[in-house]
Amino acid sequence: MNVIRSFFNFLRRLEGIPIAMVLAVLYIALIIAAPKVFTRPLIYISFLETVQPTLIAALGLTLVITAGEIDLSFPAVVSLSGFALSWGWKTFDPSYGPWIGIVLALFAGALVGYINGLMVARIGVPSIMATLAANFFWYGISILLAGGLQVTLKGSQNNFVHELFVGRLFGMLPVQAFWSLALAVLLWFILNRHKFGEGIMFIGDNANVARVMGVNVEATRIRLFALQGMVAAFSGIIVTLDIGVFYPDQGNFLLPAMASVFVGGTSIAGGAGSIFGTVFGSYVIGSLAAGVVATTISGYWVQVVEGLVMAAVIVLNAATGKGKIAGLSGRLGHWRTPASPKTSPGLVQKGDRAPN
Amino acid sequence: MKNPVQEPVEQYALRMVNVEKYFGLVRALTNINMEVGRNEIVGLIGDNGAGKSTIVKILTGVFPPTRGELHVAGRKIDFRHYNVQSAHAHGIETVYQDKSLGEKQVLWRNFFIGRQIVNRFGFIDVKKEKTIANQIMIEKIGFRGKGITVDSTVSQLSGGERQGIAIGRAMYFKADLIILDEPTVALSLKEVAKVIEFVHRIKEGGKASIYISHSIPDVYEVSDRFIVLDRGEIGASIPKKDISLKELDAFLLDYAHGRKDKG
Repeated sequence: MNVIRSFFNFLRRLEGIPIAMVLAVLYIALIIAAPKVFTRPLIYISFLETVQPTLIAALGLTLVITAGEIDLSFPAVVSLSGFALSWGWKTFDPSYGPWIGIVLALFAGALVGYINGLMVARIGVPSIMATLAANFFWYGISILLAGGLQVTLKGSQNNFVHELFVGRLFGMLPVQAFWSLALAVLLWFILNRHKFGEGIMFIGDNANVARVMGVNVEATRIRLFALQGMVAAFSGIIVTLDIGVFYPDQGNFLLPAMASVFVGGTSIAGGAGSIFGTVFGSYVIGSLAAGVVATTISGYWVQVVEGLVMAAVIVLNAATGKGKIAGLSGRLGHWRTPASPKTSPGLVQKGDRAPN
Repeated sequence: MKNPVQEPVEQYALRMVNVEKYFGLVRALTNINMEVGRNEIVGLIGDNGAGKSTIVKILTGVFPPTRGELHVAGRKIDFRHYNVQSAHAHGIETVYQDKSLGEKQVLWRNFFIGRQIVNRFGFIDVKKEKTIANQIMIEKIGFRGKGITVDSTVSQLSGGERQGIAIGRAMYFKADLIILDEPTVALSLKEVAKVIEFVHRIKEGGKASIYISHSIPDVYEVSDRFIVLDRGEIGASIPKKDISLKELDAFLLDYAHGRKDKG
């Protein structure tokens, strides 16, 4: 019994382990089903490239969901920041134009997020509505600014900025995978080791408790949405640089990003978030479509399989989450020693409570 | 006019002078004059709507009174700069029936939320916080064994244990006055007994407390003095030695009836 319990405790300590195992099982299944594709490195390298925009947005979203909020506006930020980057790129000299574009993109993201934060924290609009409206609005602004057209980043292949963010390490590994890994580590430390992140967890848990315990709930929420805006903008920068073209619809991965967060084990209820769960979750979600196609099953099956895997993983999360299977194994031990007296010395007995 | 004798500078943890509170035209508190000694447990008794929670909210900085003064450990409070955070700084801590702890969070985070030990970049010193949290659990509130550690989440604790954590936290942060606002609502008898044990530790620790509860036997058990609130006014202040639980019960009943007849 103790072995089972400590095994579950061990698993609980390591963030994202259940979903990492799901990812491993998925790849083993794919290797069996489509050996020609999945025994060669090319498909994995391609995942390291294609998963990153979703993964980056999902990382920021993990913090937002931990705070008990939601952000539906990041697709518009991915679009708007891509436009800002492309505008800087084409307007200024190639030696510094891309940098101006990047600064503008991050600024635009922070601004959108800050406004979201004001609506949620100051005015008290539920974040699902505030960010839904923001998504329509800023996406519209992005289309207006771009005149509905796409913008090509001229000479992007030879630019240093391109190399820095989406180049290939050793001529083969996509650099953006390392950027998103670094971002994951940074956000893990912010959430789990910084007082800002602790504030996020307590707010998601119970905002009233956070308030009476001295957390500045309003400021934390505003900062959180501004941070999420910048993270989404970084996702937009990566997308735009990677394909070398800005197009207004480039942020069209709202649902895969949300699925990545939930599959990764972060609860919609707020209060706790799993950054590395989201990392593995993004790879699960991002590998499914290509994986199913590679098995030569009809492409029409892709969404069916995606839906099944998501549902299965989320059921698994619910079953293995804190207080479920792990708690059950703890309870087994409790049943074994039923009559353990829980008295502490000096405890007031019922009889002498009323000395009259 | 300073004290020539070496008396303790201030004998009261808390003093309210002529406090009044209006909500619009509704008078919630009238002429409240009360004090709590430095090592006194005061039981605040009163029916629903008597003004108990209004008093708590004024003391904890949720809102200021319309009129009157508040002195905490001898210092007069300036209500323009008084809020929940500065109440903590003045040594007033509050334990509520249900909103003192983050349920999904581990205990060591709950001890330090809002007052984390951080480096200059705001990162938390986890090791130090855990060590101190462990000390609080053992020394201040006497948690031993039971499979509960600083890494347990609050949701694993019973209701009484949760209040123990909140009280222990208040004691660690050198609260001079701990306000317990209905700490035993919705607890089993056994858990109530635990909470009462924790309140005794406040007294032993030399601190003051205001204990608010509907349960007269509980109030009687822990308090040194009872203050009876009735419709926003202080009806009576009775030291425990002058009254038995039965008499207090009878008194409260008569009191309610007597008032009702007059009104």
